[in-house]
Amino acid sequence: MSLKGKRILIAKPGLDGHDVGAKVIAMALRDAGAEIIYTGLRKAPEAIARVAVEEDMDAVGLSILTGSHKELASDTIRCLADLGADDMPVFVGGTIPAQDVQDLKQAGVRDVFTAAVTMDEVVAAIDRAIGNPESGQ
Amino acid sequence: MTDPALSAKPKNAEAGPGPLSTATPSGIEVPEVVSADIAGRPDPEGPGQYPFTRGIFTNGYRGRLWTFRQYSGFGSAEETNERYRFLLDRGQTGLSVALDLPTQCGYDPDDAMARAEVGKVGVSLSNLAEMEILFDGIDLGEISTSFTINGTAAIIYAMYLAAADKKGVARDKLTGTIQNDILKEYVARGTWIFPVRPSMRLIADSVLYSNDETPRFNPISIAGAHVRDAGVTAADEIAYTLANGLAYVDELVRRGGDVNRFARRLSFFFYVHMDLFEEVCKFRAARRIWAKLLKERYGVTDEKALMFRFGVVCGGSSLTAAQPYNNIVRVGIENIAAVFGGAQSIFTCAYDEAFQIPTETSAEIALRTQQIVAHESGIARTVDPLGGSYYVEWLTDRMEEEIMRTIGEIEDMGGAVQAIEEGRIQQMTAEAAHRRKQAQDRGETVVVGVNAFRNTGEDQDFGEVFRLDPALSHRVMEKLEAVKDRRDGKAVKRCLDRLEKAAAKDDENLLPYFVECCNAYATVGEMVATLKGQWGEFKEPIRL
Repeated sequence: MSLKGKRILIAKPGLDGHDVGAKVIAMALRDAGAEIIYTGLRKAPEAIARVAVEEDMDAVGLSILTGSHKELASDTIRCLADLGADDMPVFVGGTIPAQDVQDLKQAGVRDVFTAAVTMDEVVAAIDRAIGNPESGQ
Repeated sequence: MTDPALSAKPKNAEAGPGPLSTATPSGIEVPEVVSADIAGRPDPEGPGQYPFTRGIFTNGYRGRLWTFRQYSGFGSAEETNERYRFLLDRGQTGLSVALDLPTQCGYDPDDAMARAEVGKVGVSLSNLAEMEILFDGIDLGEISTSFTINGTAAIIYAMYLAAADKKGVARDKLTGTIQNDILKEYVARGTWIFPVRPSMRLIADSVLYSNDETPRFNPISIAGAHVRDAGVTAADEIAYTLANGLAYVDELVRRGGDVNRFARRLSFFFYVHMDLFEEVCKFRAARRIWAKLLKERYGVTDEKALMFRFGVVCGGSSLTAAQPYNNIVRVGIENIAAVFGGAQSIFTCAYDEAFQIPTETSAEIALRTQQIVAHESGIARTVDPLGGSYYVEWLTDRMEEEIMRTIGEIEDMGGAVQAIEEGRIQQMTAEAAHRRKQAQDRGETVVVGVNAFRNTGEDQDFGEVFRLDPALSHRVMEKLEAVKDRRDGKAVKRCLDRLEKAAAKDDENLLPYFVECCNAYATVGEMVATLKGQWGEFKEPIRL
């Protein structure tokens, strides 16, 4: 599997200004061959969904550290569905209590990453979800 | 004789990490022995004397202990007021207000952008009525209050003054701090609103106004804490912060401020992370550098203006969600480093603060940690007890060199303002965060419970979990509606119009206009929208 040529949107929904996690993930995914668009801070879920669809992204990563992850992830998934992109894989990273992970997955989030996860693990999980099959195999 | 309980391999624990690292986190390679001949000489000047390496007071903490200032705030003003009374009742000596993101970014609770965020990471404070509730039953003339507020700092400061005026507390009795450091918001914390230049004006306006109106109040706390927590080293934390400090000094001088006067009220704020000696030495070096820069570059002669006063926070990204009770030990060590470093105020994070608003129990343990360090450990007995140590003096000199090297790099970029407008410091910070994460992932930096000594099969134990009342944002909005019904709408419009006209002129101090708006119960969102109409918003330069 590889992420070569895959387009991934890294987004900061809501008002959270902590963008280091988002940038570190973006750099790690870029190192793994993906093309990254980073939205910058303070984007409404509607705007994130619009960019994801218009830019023909393969996946969306949301970075949320304020405790508003349930609302913001659900809103983004709903906005994607409104634009006909209900199959777009959405990942969430941030300060997510363990007991909220299941709720997020039920709301349609593909996978959830916290600070305890290594970058290799993040890249591998995204690769499993959207990666290209290895050529010649 | 070996105690079998000690020699037995811990159950289900991983093998330990490799050999101890020989370099500090800032990359300074440390000799096995720092001998007298390489140690360098300690400053001949004692504490309380230029360049203040050993501290700004001749008697250290004997005259006055540091302020115990726990950062706290959540939900509505009523709930936060209750938490403040709880903390004051248990011996806390200063308040530190955490504000929610809508207030920090200039949106009222009923704005679509505030959706989902009202009262989440701090208290919602959209107008003077909320400020009055927040300090109900608390004497503003007695207690010092610190506000972690930046993009809307000038407005919140004006609101605090309006609240004090209404309570009949004389302005010259007010003590406390507004963070009011916008430059680092563009780099790490993200609550900017306006472009850099008008934001610098707001800072100069509030500093100059405060010097006249509230002479005991700190109108700015230039903060390295957030870039540090984001990922830069201790040396760069100081360097970026002092570079920002120089940018503010330049702006204030340009506005006609007297550096011998305003520099007395500049204060600083940092993180303390885990490498004890590097943390102590960064503070010793920072005091020395700041005093020298002000004296040599700006000709400052006033002794008090040369003094580098700072508060700290212990915890942040040095804390982990895994094995959370370990964080109590980490914060204890960091607290000790802060005292050896000579901090004027200390905030110790609660062990669960890495992942939630602290519970009353965890908040109390954090405060007790400071009390134990202050009153049981004896380390505050004499000033700068590590002064003269071969290692500490050597490392202080090395930190000074590292810090000055980075300040030089930023000056080569045209100074902090230009480097930030171009997104260069943001990029350097993101790259540092990337390196820090890689070092942790590879196990080069040991974090107990995260990449070493993990207990296999262990569930993350968050202990007691704090939950906000879900009906809260509804209640806050109802209160806002009631204020809007109650106030004189025409008076609000008049005040906002006057603010708009003043904002269009570069040389007008906006603080009196903010106070006037607050008194009329204009909201933070209304004032910010008025200014956005004049100045526009910051466009984030994205460099990865």
